[in-house]
Amino acid sequence: MLELPREMVDRIVAHARRDHPDEACGVIAGKEGIPTRVFEMENAERSPTFYRFEAKEQLRVWRDMDDADEVPFVIYHSHTATEAYPSRTDISLASEPEAHYVLVSTRSDDDVELRSYRILDGVVSEEEITVT
Amino acid sequence: MAIEVRIPTILRTYTDGQKAVEGKGDTLAGLLEDLDVRHPGLRGRLITDEGVLHRFVNIYVNDEDVRFLGSLETPLKDGDSVTVLPAVAGGSR
Repeated sequence: MLELPREMVDRIVAHARRDHPDEACGVIAGKEGIPTRVFEMENAERSPTFYRFEAKEQLRVWRDMDDADEVPFVIYHSHTATEAYPSRTDISLASEPEAHYVLVSTRSDDDVELRSYRILDGVVSEEEITVT
Repeated sequence: MAIEVRIPTILRTYTDGQKAVEGKGDTLAGLLEDLDVRHPGLRGRLITDEGVLHRFVNIYVNDEDVRFLGSLETPLKDGDSVTVLPAVAGGSR
């Protein structure tokens, strides 16, 4: 299960809406299982079908988390025309075994579709999100 | 002195769980060969069968992305610091 404060959920949904129709991406740092802060990352691909953290920004943020004894707790990105479910590309490139992978779909203007998964060795398991 | 290499979580199975290891080499390619002697399999996760850097792995020398430094031919010297980070990427297709 993933527990996230309402303000963080609102922030990643707003980020996804703002970057639509391109995919948005980012990370929520965490410490001992508690989410601490949101980093909205640049999508170096600027693409409606692909995302990639900009390499130098990623290094800076990963260092920043390391110095604060934080880990990448949530890795989020948006799908802008499809459902909030990990694609084959998402699964094959998942590289943080301990992170929650959160997907936001912005395909509908009215509904918010936000789902969370663990992705480990190519196996996807969905988990419940509790907004606090 | 040697070159310190920071290893990401997902590759620590090759380093007995160590966050950082040391190696030597005049170039990044040489360093990866040296590391593979003590950490067999690590190099294969960073370089493709064609012998180029894997597209979804970021390697930095002194915080610079090696893609802008000469890739595998990036020169190294004692005291340099190398960081390996898997790219965070994906897509809806």
